Amino acid sequence: MISLRGTTQRADATFRVVAIIAAAMVLVILGLVALTMTVRARPVLSEMGLEFFTSRRWSPADSKFGALPFLWGTLYTASIATVLAVPVSLGVALFITQIAPPWLKKPLVYVTDLLAVVPSVVFGLWGILVVADKLGGRSFLTAGVILAIMIIPIITSLAREVMETTPASDKEAALALGATRWEMITATVLPHSKGGLVGAVMLGLGRAMGETIAAALVIGSALGQITVYPLASGNSMPAVIANEWGEADELHKSALIALAVLLFVITIVVNLIATSIVQRSMKRSGGTA
Amino acid sequence: MIAELPLDLRAKPSWRRVKSQIMIGLMVAAVGLVLVPLISVMWSVASRGAGVAFHGFPAFFTDEIPVISRSEGPGMGPAILGTLMCTLGATLIAVPLGILGAVYLHEYGGKRKFAKLVRFMATVMTGVPSIVMGLFVYVTWTLRFGYSAFGGSLALACLMLPVVIASTEQMLRLVPPHLREASYALGATKSRTILTIVLPAALPGIVSGSLLAVARAAGETAPLLFALGLGATSYNAHFFTQINTALSQQIFVNATSSFAGAQERAWGAALTLVMLTFIFTIVARLFTARIGRKK
Repeated sequence: MISLRGTTQRADATFRVVAIIAAAMVLVILGLVALTMTVRARPVLSEMGLEFFTSRRWSPADSKFGALPFLWGTLYTASIATVLAVPVSLGVALFITQIAPPWLKKPLVYVTDLLAVVPSVVFGLWGILVVADKLGGRSFLTAGVILAIMIIPIITSLAREVMETTPASDKEAALALGATRWEMITATVLPHSKGGLVGAVMLGLGRAMGETIAAALVIGSALGQITVYPLASGNSMPAVIANEWGEADELHKSALIALAVLLFVITIVVNLIATSIVQRSMKRSGGTA
Repeated sequence: MIAELPLDLRAKPSWRRVKSQIMIGLMVAAVGLVLVPLISVMWSVASRGAGVAFHGFPAFFTDEIPVISRSEGPGMGPAILGTLMCTLGATLIAVPLGILGAVYLHEYGGKRKFAKLVRFMATVMTGVPSIVMGLFVYVTWTLRFGYSAFGGSLALACLMLPVVIASTEQMLRLVPPHLREASYALGATKSRTILTIVLPAALPGIVSGSLLAVARAAGETAPLLFALGLGATSYNAHFFTQINTALSQQIFVNATSSFAGAQERAWGAALTLVMLTFIFTIVARLFTARIGRKK
């Protein structure tokens, strides 16, 4: 036996441990986020109890904090955004993967990716000073439209990846049977990528719920609005946090942190489900391809 | 499997063809719909920002921010410095950590349960709202050590970490196994193989992925709101102390202002920020193009 123990061996082991620690940081950070923020949120939760989640009254002046209107605003604007973004994203993804001639694919991918590079605050600035006027002021609808534009690149690029895993033999078989291109898509591409597309849409939804700055600028910052009227101005959880933080006292800050915890929990759940759906469908199609 | 698929070819051929054309037309329309906001944003930022940013060049990029937001005229220098400091700090924290994490996942972890868990949670972590990360850093760092650019770096690093891990692992996957085997055959240890063979081979891809993460981080606003403090208008090159500011924060604050001067500065800052993020993105693409050629 040759003995390989020695300084090189120890260096090797050290490197491995350092790498493990680096990887574990992901879990450490997520754990710390949940832990430290829940601790900070406790004052308002013990003060308000369950009313924090059910009350419609948010009045920092007399220490009343009910998060329901913001929960509504978050879900409502994210839903508007998803409904608007999904058909467009799927259309673009289908066009890029199934219809576009090869020379056009790359530029189109670049263009949709470019949309993801524009900083969220720039979309907000554009939304407040350009778009809001055309959509009748700051409102749920304006926020929904801006959020839709921001999640289109995410949904499109994931949808593209999933659609590209459709086996060429399936597509060619459909075409050989005399199917038109649209029939080929409905018969092979869509059934094949269904699971992945659902996951992609959910990831987009999660992103829309957490998107802060653009929403904070264009949603209108009205208190206590729970309405389906899209032109009403309202508020969402991340928007309230960003807009009220500057002038918040201790209990108020605790309430805003509690909102962040609520937002964290909701987006984590949505992302957990979405990620496992995407990964499962990717694995399945990876196996057959 | 085709027999089970919903493929009904009995309808009238002409109608089937027309329907297909209509659907393709809708897809083209979707592409057009994506171009509209992109062009509109770019046009607004360029047309409204250029006049402000390049008036009396380089005053806008070097002057301090007016203390009274009502006043007109240039000044985003401190915000540019703040953005660069926060982003650079975040890069120095997140990129080495992310690369090491990815090295563990691909070179050591493989299909182990722990590696799978980390990989899964890293994907989930990319979906954590940036404002949550900002508050997290406020709670754990800023409350104890006060406002500083470093706090901003920490928050941005938390956002960059999972992105760097994911893109680096993808690049490590592209390194052919025979390179590693050749290195082992020569008697190199695993860590030496990784540091001198695997990482250099994957370097262009890693740089490209990291730069895209940097570009994303430079444009972030929400995480900085809590870490930098409000109201900084003059240069602060201290990394660990005192309130600071950033381009994104200035845009956010000035966008809601009713004063024309402040709004103009917001557009100028937006143009500066967009140019900054685009430079990072283009450089990243150049690195990606290099990998493409090598393959």
